[in-house]
Amino acid sequence: MALSVYSQVENNKAKTWLIMAFFTIFIATVAYVLGQSSGYGLSWAGAALILAGLIGFGSYYWSDKMVLAMSGARLADRKRDFDLYTVTENIAIAAGIPKPKVYIIEDSAPNAFATGRDPKHAVVCITRGLATKLERSELEGVIAHEMSHIHNFDTRLMAIVAVLVGMIAFLSDWFMRIVWWGGARRSDREEKGNIGAILIVLGIIFAVLSPLVATIIQLAISRRREFLADASGVLLTRNPEGLASALEKMSKDREVLEAATNATAHLYIINPFKGKNFSAWFAGLFDTHPPIQERIKILRSM
Amino acid sequence: MLFFILILCILVILYVWYLYNNLVASKIRVKEAWSQIDVQLKRRADLIPNLVSTVKGYAKHEKNIFENVTIARSSLLAAEGPAKKALANNQLASALKSLFAVAENYPQLQASGNFLQLQKELGDTEDKVAYARQFYNTAVLEFNTKIQIFPNILMARNLGFTEVEFFQTQEEEKKKVEVEFN
Repeated sequence: MALSVYSQVENNKAKTWLIMAFFTIFIATVAYVLGQSSGYGLSWAGAALILAGLIGFGSYYWSDKMVLAMSGARLADRKRDFDLYTVTENIAIAAGIPKPKVYIIEDSAPNAFATGRDPKHAVVCITRGLATKLERSELEGVIAHEMSHIHNFDTRLMAIVAVLVGMIAFLSDWFMRIVWWGGARRSDREEKGNIGAILIVLGIIFAVLSPLVATIIQLAISRRREFLADASGVLLTRNPEGLASALEKMSKDREVLEAATNATAHLYIINPFKGKNFSAWFAGLFDTHPPIQERIKILRSM
Repeated sequence: MLFFILILCILVILYVWYLYNNLVASKIRVKEAWSQIDVQLKRRADLIPNLVSTVKGYAKHEKNIFENVTIARSSLLAAEGPAKKALANNQLASALKSLFAVAENYPQLQASGNFLQLQKELGDTEDKVAYARQFYNTAVLEFNTKIQIFPNILMARNLGFTEVEFFQTQEEEKKKVEVEFN
């Protein structure tokens, strides 16, 4: 069983490369089309890619600090948050990784997330509401789930994916602004006539659709990671009931986490916006998480 | 024919080379896991003098129990190797159990903040030992399996690798007995 987790980690690292390659091609295509259609051509695409790449790298490298700043978390204290702190130490021992930093968000909605580009820079973050509502064994289940995201390199994968999705959003945003303000070499384009108009329409379609496609891919990746983290978390605690009953407690709570934004929602253990319920089939495409009842059912059958 | 033998020799050398490095890496993982158990057992032992003196402040007459705990503690510190350490750790656990049972007769002690803190710390240390044990036993299982499967078993002993002991606790031994009775 332990071997299957090791192979999952390898699998995850390989998949990270694949996703990066795919996204690079995707981004280059989008940049090319938008560049052609805005009239600035390849130089625009090149400059935009370099700038977006720099921003992307920065937000990947400092992802832990950025997320923490965005959610207003503070460092947990061994004395004040004894259970949380020691449980994290214990699960780190079980996983054989260095103890991640533990942060607390002062919010009563129960939730948790992990981030950081590798196990050495990992951060586990939990809301005050969750820390007080859970028993020690339930806390172990939640922390083990988060620790599995770190151990399986999910946090890195998701950080990279978030950056790539951000780059696409950035490109299309920039393009729309240029179209709005008229773009360059208007006279050139007017000379081209029909082709110019088609290019602009194509560009707008790309600018609108590509962030959507990128987000759907991101969310699909995120959902699969959750099941895996549940399973490998249980491998650490050897107690599926702990996580199952913690998830149950969280699902009964209807409070919306105010510290979460659309940019950080996929990081959390359960969807922080659970209050909003869509029943349409396509809403499933935009779920960051698999249905919580399904997760509990799988855990209870382990 | 000569060519064939040469290929065979190279394959065998490559296999032994790979096996040796692989086993060394596994063995190091086992050692690291063991040192984690060691650290936690040491931490457990370090908490005890403080606990004994706190309880003594409220329950002076229970000399026997203090002695048992102190002896168990020093034998844990003196024990070498997984099997002996596990045994000493189990003895310390039962000595502590009777200490906490006695402590229940002293309401003032139960209310003391220092005692509660120590109780929490000891409980946490026990969790830590359990998790370190789990990690260690997984590493041992992996290592022992590697040296016992064919064809590794033909070479492992000659390369100087022998099986490693598991770190077993009371609960597991109890479970084994139950299975036998059934």
